[in-house]
Amino acid sequence: MLMAAALLFKRSRSLVQNKVSLLLGIGGSRSTTTPPPLINHHRFRYSSSQPFVASSTRYESSKAQAQLEDFQQHDDQVIDFPGGKVAFTSEMRFISDTSHKRVPCYRVLDDDGELMTHTNHVQVSKELAVRMYSEMVTLQTMDSIFYEVQRQGRISFYLTSMGEEAVNIASAAALSSDDIILPQYREPGVLLWRGFTLQQIAHQCFGNTNDLGKGRQMPIHYGSNKHNYFTVSSPIATQLPQAVGAAYSLKMDGKNACAVTFCGDGATSEGDFHAGMNFAAVMEAPVIFIIRNNGWAISTPVEDQFRSDGIVVKGQAYGIWSIRVDGNDALAVYSAVHTAREIAIKEQRPVLIEALSYRVGHHSTSDDSTKYRPIDEIEYWKMERSPVNRFKRWVERNGWWSDKDELELRSSVRKQLMHAIQVAEKAQKPPLEDLFTDVYYQLSSNLEEQEKLLRKAIEKHPKDYPSDVPL
Amino acid sequence: MLGVIRNKSIRHTLSNFRQFSSSAKQMTVRDALNSALDEEMSADPKVFLMGEEVGEYQGAYKISKGLLEKYGPERVRDTPITEAGFTGIGVGAAYYGLKPVVEFMTFNFSMQAIDHIINSAAKSNYMSAGQISVPIVFRGPNGAAAGVGAQHSHCYAAWYGSCPGLKVLAPYSSEDARGLLKAAIRDPDPVVFLENELLYGESFPVSAEVLDSSFCLPIGKAKIEREGKDVTITAFSKMVGFALKAAEILEKEGISAEVINLRSIRPLDRSTINTSVRKTNRLVTVEEGFPQHGVGAEICTSVIEESFGYLDAPVERIAGADVPMPYAANLERLAVPQVEDIVRAAKRACHRSVPLAAAA
Repeated sequence: MLMAAALLFKRSRSLVQNKVSLLLGIGGSRSTTTPPPLINHHRFRYSSSQPFVASSTRYESSKAQAQLEDFQQHDDQVIDFPGGKVAFTSEMRFISDTSHKRVPCYRVLDDDGELMTHTNHVQVSKELAVRMYSEMVTLQTMDSIFYEVQRQGRISFYLTSMGEEAVNIASAAALSSDDIILPQYREPGVLLWRGFTLQQIAHQCFGNTNDLGKGRQMPIHYGSNKHNYFTVSSPIATQLPQAVGAAYSLKMDGKNACAVTFCGDGATSEGDFHAGMNFAAVMEAPVIFIIRNNGWAISTPVEDQFRSDGIVVKGQAYGIWSIRVDGNDALAVYSAVHTAREIAIKEQRPVLIEALSYRVGHHSTSDDSTKYRPIDEIEYWKMERSPVNRFKRWVERNGWWSDKDELELRSSVRKQLMHAIQVAEKAQKPPLEDLFTDVYYQLSSNLEEQEKLLRKAIEKHPKDYPSDVPL
Repeated sequence: MLGVIRNKSIRHTLSNFRQFSSSAKQMTVRDALNSALDEEMSADPKVFLMGEEVGEYQGAYKISKGLLEKYGPERVRDTPITEAGFTGIGVGAAYYGLKPVVEFMTFNFSMQAIDHIINSAAKSNYMSAGQISVPIVFRGPNGAAAGVGAQHSHCYAAWYGSCPGLKVLAPYSSEDARGLLKAAIRDPDPVVFLENELLYGESFPVSAEVLDSSFCLPIGKAKIEREGKDVTITAFSKMVGFALKAAEILEKEGISAEVINLRSIRPLDRSTINTSVRKTNRLVTVEEGFPQHGVGAEICTSVIEESFGYLDAPVERIAGADVPMPYAANLERLAVPQVEDIVRAAKRACHRSVPLAAAA
């Protein structure tokens, strides 16, 4: 029974999320009528009630309250172990591998961009909404143009965030500029929101002398101290424990800010994910983990990545507050991140947000995803589940955006991009001395020597040296 | 325990270190490290210590004794068992302005965190074009101890020494331990600090200058522990003591050996080594670690590149046996260089003019 369910589970694609939850309803173990044994794992150091949000979830805390009372009445049926008291039971029962149903996904707008009834969400002003929409369009346009530039052979590599514009922009909009961002690599929208210009993006991709990164890294490995956005690093998930460290720094300084780190579904398989989550909880660090579950890790679908109900269920395993959110719903993402930030800073503890989404583009320009997934699946998510179009409908419906605005925005962004690319392409490459600086804080003597030797060699054999690299 | 290091071997050192009186204070390497940590934490509130057992247990080797009590749990953090985790966290904290001192119970366990040490710490300043500096210190015992087997005896000097962006230090005496650890903590670059478990309990004389809280040794400068004119012996960490013993034995046989305590694996003090070889014309490199791609191999190449004409004999390289460290005491003794090996190598360098395979 379970085997059949598992097989079916494997073959289904994230396209059919509804089907999956149905499958889980069939077969699998059902919980019995008696309540599960109460595990006291918090030592009641902090309250077990929900964070304060104008919410309809207050009934949940009274549920915990009832369980607490139940526990206290049966004091004699409790044993002491390192880690706290635990009630015991003489009935042997294994906890099922999956819960009865999947954790529901928080959304505010429906697929047509209409506000759902009875939602609780953080209000967004016209100004903010229009800005959010504009940045989503900018991100989308930037991605498609740079992708083409790579295809034309003008830059060596590019990676798009198509389909994940809402996660990028809405999360950035909900944070303050003091919050430290430790990205994976599919979050350039966060940097754009903070003021990194398209020109700077172009400079980095072309690796020229104006690149903030001095031509040291592959394209899309942006970083900017000024914008509190740590330089993108290729190894997966390394930024997760680093974010905890940065959050710890903020905690020690008592700052009104948190660390926010992003990663994908694949990254949660890395050891660093476990280490980061575990530590964040133990150190009570003000960090937000935003997991972009976009269904794919290059060609590995989530069914081959983990067997849990996504990532949100892992939060509780570490003792971390978590929420699952519709990553293609800008308002939902905004509300969740906004609230998570409050929790993280006021209560000095970590929060996990799983944003469900779909990676519309290929993993990168080195990938052709049509080789491992159906084209109509990609088209479906690109056209009918587009986060940009969905948010646009809501903004338009409010009378805050018109077709004329749309035309103007898109053509203006295109122009800016074309200009930025032109300028970046023509700019000089970084100078020779940038080969040796920054290895250490101060140039070391052996590197000084090497630079001298190199310059001598160039003097002697100028034909062997590229003509477009300044000395 | 070992008992090979005797104070009288230090008495022969003539360095930039002034003559001390016979009533000089003695200090163990353990106390030297502890006092250095204490003083640096006191001077700079951004310095904090992190690692397994560093707090309540006072440190797996008691190096952080008393620090939890003095500075509290925010600055002396006991961590869960995940090297990858706490190394990553240390790097993240350093990114944002703290100065972590991350302790590995032994550097063997640092392999579980090596991605963070190399990819997150060493390369960050370069890859971010100076925007992300990582003022972190990774410290802990390195190399062979006594009867701990292969997974607890590996020497990482050559591994970390090959990576640009890192600084790698290997103290020998208490003076080295104090001065180099202080320098490492103050340095804005990531530093790998390779201690030695067997040296923790050894006592060395320390002058008033060394005991002063502002004492600091320069990174990248080797120390000539003993001057000589016939053969140069380079060594680091525990092997310095062996080299000094060997030098005494050689003295009796009429060979005057110059012993160089490297102190710094990266940057390597090529100038001191080469100056010495140009004086003595012979070189023996000593290390406990595996021979292939070892520190000795790098020193040999450096000397060939810069002072080939001055060599009167091939460079002798003494290293540990090319096997995972065995546990049995007799086998372990054979797998690690002993004083006799160094003596024989020095003699070969001095008396022989025809190359011979080094067979200790």
